[in-house]
Amino acid sequence: MNASVPMTAQDFKSDLKPIWCPGCGDYSVLTALAKALAELGRPREEVALISGIGCSSRLPAYTSVYGFHGVHGRALAVAAGVKLARPDLTVLAAGGDGDGLSIGGNHFLHACRRNVDITYLLMDNQVYGMTKGQASPTTAPDWCGSKLTPHGTGVSPVAPLHLALAAGVNFFARGFAGNPNELARLIGAGIAHPGFSVIHVLSPCVTFRPEQRGWKQAVRAVDATPASDPAEAFARFAADDGFTTGILFAGDRAPFMPARAMTATVAGIAQGFAA
Amino acid sequence: MDTDHLQRAAPPAEAILGYASYRQTTPKVAARSLSIAVIGSGGAGAMRAGEILLEVAAKAGFHGLMTRAMGPQIRGGEAAALLRLATAPVSSLDDRFDLLIALDWANFARFAAELPLGPDSLVLTDPAEGAVPDAIEASGARVRPLPFKDLARKVPGGRTNMVALGAAAGMIGLPAPLVTSVLADQLGRKGEAVLTASTAALALGAEAAAFLPALPRLAAPPRDQAARWNISGNQATGLGALAGGVRFVAAYPITPATEVLEWLAPALEKTGGVLVQAEDELAAINMTIGASFAGTPALTATSGPGLALMVEALGLAVASETPLVVVDVMRGGPSTGIPTKSEQSDLNIAVHGLHGDAPHLVLAPNTIVDCMRTTAWAVTLAEALQVPAIVLSDQALGQSRAIAAPPALTGAVAQRLTAPDDAPGYARYALTPSGVSPMAIPGTRGGTYVADGLEHNPRGAPSAQAGDHAAQLDKRARKLEGFDYGDAWADLEGTGEIAILTWGSPTGPAREAAERARTRGLAVRVLSLRLLLPAQPTRLAAALAGVRRVLVVEQSAGAQFHKFLRACYDLPGEVAVLARPGPLPIRPGEILARLAAWE
Repeated sequence: MNASVPMTAQDFKSDLKPIWCPGCGDYSVLTALAKALAELGRPREEVALISGIGCSSRLPAYTSVYGFHGVHGRALAVAAGVKLARPDLTVLAAGGDGDGLSIGGNHFLHACRRNVDITYLLMDNQVYGMTKGQASPTTAPDWCGSKLTPHGTGVSPVAPLHLALAAGVNFFARGFAGNPNELARLIGAGIAHPGFSVIHVLSPCVTFRPEQRGWKQAVRAVDATPASDPAEAFARFAADDGFTTGILFAGDRAPFMPARAMTATVAGIAQGFAA
Repeated sequence: MDTDHLQRAAPPAEAILGYASYRQTTPKVAARSLSIAVIGSGGAGAMRAGEILLEVAAKAGFHGLMTRAMGPQIRGGEAAALLRLATAPVSSLDDRFDLLIALDWANFARFAAELPLGPDSLVLTDPAEGAVPDAIEASGARVRPLPFKDLARKVPGGRTNMVALGAAAGMIGLPAPLVTSVLADQLGRKGEAVLTASTAALALGAEAAAFLPALPRLAAPPRDQAARWNISGNQATGLGALAGGVRFVAAYPITPATEVLEWLAPALEKTGGVLVQAEDELAAINMTIGASFAGTPALTATSGPGLALMVEALGLAVASETPLVVVDVMRGGPSTGIPTKSEQSDLNIAVHGLHGDAPHLVLAPNTIVDCMRTTAWAVTLAEALQVPAIVLSDQALGQSRAIAAPPALTGAVAQRLTAPDDAPGYARYALTPSGVSPMAIPGTRGGTYVADGLEHNPRGAPSAQAGDHAAQLDKRARKLEGFDYGDAWADLEGTGEIAILTWGSPTGPAREAAERARTRGLAVRVLSLRLLLPAQPTRLAAALAGVRRVLVVEQSAGAQFHKFLRACYDLPGEVAVLARPGPLPIRPGEILARLAAWE
């Protein structure tokens, strides 16, 4: 690639055809991500995108950056390893509500508190799509659309914003797949913000949750500058219905990055064992 | 000499006379090795006394090792320092202890089985701690009183473990100034008062020792002393990781592996590396996968329960061809098992635990110092073959210390086959003759690809096609099977028609048993496998050529090693199995008795 030619969004897409259903919100997330990366302007080889398992975790294969498609729920751990080993790279992670909040819920919690400089696309459709439509941690308790839970889950859903704030997240934005330009802006802001940034993407599953087509009418942009104090963000969004979009929180904690030095040789350290 | 303490402690005159007369009649046999146990309640300082004694012996020119026997309590409970000092390298505890120093008997019953004694053994007991346990009486060991508490009380701030240290050093004949100087090195930072009290307590112990029966005298150490190290297996593992090129470690604390991490944390920081404490073992291994994908040789250390959690990600590392090393410092299992004590019962999960057809490496160190060599080798193999390697250490190696010749730092570090910038038609999982394909490290221009746990085609695109699956399975198997592992795959010693076939920590007692058998005129060879996976049937057949009888020795109730051998190898002749669970170490005499049954 000629570095003097500005890169386009298309340069950040691969030639693989996605396995997603027609109308899936994830197509728009791919578009928004490619646009954000083009605007970032870093060469493709300096970006790594890490994912777990699920429809949304297929994302890396459809981009042209370095990708890692790992096991279910561990994307944030792999991403932390990449970033801590190679601070020079721009590191993103992506996955769904099941991958990130159920099987990977513990890693989400600790990624928020550890605050490694990673941007995480949490693509939320309130359903397990890849296994054909089961309830996820963000599914409403009375959703009866799955044979596994024919009477609904009866379990309170997780509010990713509140969970992330409680765990110490440093940046939280919410976007809507139906508005890819705005989503691209939020992804760019997340990448630019130091530390762990969550981009909570409302990405409808038209196959198993066709009613999510109505999200277009439900979303509304936040009308305030982002809080930098978690308590203030909690107060502001205590009654949030999950459809407020924009940058909802922007903290100022320093990212986690252990100091390293070259002050000793292995042979020198080994001498410490001399009896 | 002040003998008040002795006079208060026991019927004095007889006792002292008795000791003196005993001493005169005891033949001064020069022993090759001397085994000493210091036991006490946790916090009594038995372990500290043992560590200092080992270091003094090292400085005096001896070889030796020290293992730890501990209960699960964080503080309190029981603790025993089990030492063997010798004039030549030793890699195993002996069959019996020559000297047992009991600071108290509070929790003795919990580890009595780990302290074999015989009629030649000498037991020192503090009369203030009550009668000696029945098991001691039953052993026939000689019991002598030594009032550790009363002696310690004579010194403000005096501690019983320092009295015991003084007594032990005196009885062994270690020079007092050397003991004092090691004490100053190790306790110096605790302040002058502690050091003064300890030195005084030490002297009281040494004085008292003069009235005790003599131990077999250790022969003088060799005069020309090559450099020696005092190192634990877990430290050696850490050093091996570093020497092999590891610069990223993510791990979750677990007994008995934590010391690997504690040693590596500052060492990595000084050599441009990073250690991250992860939220769990799932995160730990996935972090190492991420770091390795990004180009940094990476390792995690754990024990059985942690390895069980890591197994899914090990499969990911196999499928995505991401090199990494998992050190499993084995402990008693299953489940939480016996966290503080050793067993070789993780072989099955290490070999067979992964789902799918998932070729990977399994290696095992067989001495404390070998933990370094084997771990370093695991790192270089994992990197060269782009595959995960499991290193099966165990508590008996990891938490034991050895005085031994330093291993050679070969300087051979991890070499990964990487792709250059702008490689034409680059395909990450290209089907090469060796099976190893160049890995584009992020940052490599024109090399972007997606590492995947999904089956894939040579380019890395997901594929569910039969042809791609067969080709990639074959590629991943081929790269391990076709590699030349050289002589390090096993240690072979001796000749003869009888062979001991073993792995890991029982190698030490197996070597000693073979050595004793040879002095009796029975030729025995010992074959200790360092590379467990992939199996090396041609090499093993050559190593056992001419063997008529094979004794398999392992520390697993289910004879996991024997079953593994049966699955992967043709064993020659008659095969016998000495397989039993931990936590009791397999002793040389036990193996020798089994060999003798064949004589």
